[in-house]
Amino acid sequence: MGTLRVPVTQHDHVRGPANAPVTLVEYGDYECPHCRLAHPIVNAVRQHFARQLRFVFRHFPLSQIHPNAETAAESAEFAGAHGRFWEMHDGIYENQDRLGLPLLFALVRTLGLSELELQSALASGEYEPKVRADFLGGVRSGVNGTPSFFINGERHDGSYAFDDLVAAIELRLERRAAL
Amino acid sequence: MSQILPEGTAAPDFKLRVTPDQWLSLGNLKGKPVILAFYPADWSPVCGDQMALYNEVLPELHKHGAELLGISVDGAWCHEAFAQHRHLHFPLLADFHPKGAVAQSYGAYRETDGVCERALFVLDNKAVVFWSYCSPIAVNPGADGILDALERMPNERKKGHGHAQSSSHAA
Repeated sequence: MGTLRVPVTQHDHVRGPANAPVTLVEYGDYECPHCRLAHPIVNAVRQHFARQLRFVFRHFPLSQIHPNAETAAESAEFAGAHGRFWEMHDGIYENQDRLGLPLLFALVRTLGLSELELQSALASGEYEPKVRADFLGGVRSGVNGTPSFFINGERHDGSYAFDDLVAAIELRLERRAAL
Repeated sequence: MSQILPEGTAAPDFKLRVTPDQWLSLGNLKGKPVILAFYPADWSPVCGDQMALYNEVLPELHKHGAELLGISVDGAWCHEAFAQHRHLHFPLLADFHPKGAVAQSYGAYRETDGVCERALFVLDNKAVVFWSYCSPIAVNPGADGILDALERMPNERKKGHGHAQSSSHAA
């Protein structure tokens, strides 16, 4: 338990250089209040480590308790298919207090994407398999709630507070330097 | 922590209230794998997350023909409210009277706190324990151990009636 079973591939949404010495993977849910709290922290951590850190976000919607989580994840995938995943991702977390279809459509319009295309993608479940694959990969890796973090494939069992994440990442950098 | 029933043990049969007016016995489910998830309490944060996770994973369990049962010492009315509130799609059994008796028979009762341990049992189609795990009480054990066990379980120990078998899980 506690190791990432699904390696990072080109199908993932990645921020930061591919050859960064540390990879931080988050399993998150767009309607989860803890994930919203973690979002600016993750951004600060990314800034702190700059090119030494690669960040990957994967979906883990608990849709029976968060009725908008699955739709939000599929909408982010829709934006991702048009090369705008991260703008959508940021937009959703920054406006989580009014998460729902009107917000998702408004965000898509702001990105210059088609609201009608999003509607049809949601209706047909076009991105549902991708979201489900992320979710199941998380389950098999021992994700038990959100947000869950893995650092270089090991589960981060500490908190998502800035200092905890930074310390855990520095540990990996030191380990690597010691090799 | 109690000593929970290990792999290879015959799972004790039981009959518990599943709603205020219905009962469910383990014997009713013979012929298919059964997952028993003992947990301390409805409404407590960790259990809520754990049950919410199992709710989402349910289709994967059904692919193996398995049924999932949640068990705690809460009463049937409490379970009903909890299941409705969280939209749970699997039964919650009330180990309510005599309190914790079923949990005790599985070695999954915390005498000091008067609640069930956070213990998982994967039973085969003949109700023999195939895998069991007791998590620290405050730690949500996730679902990876359950899915790993179901994948390792030979098909002849899963076979029964009902759900289709998923034989291939090639990566």
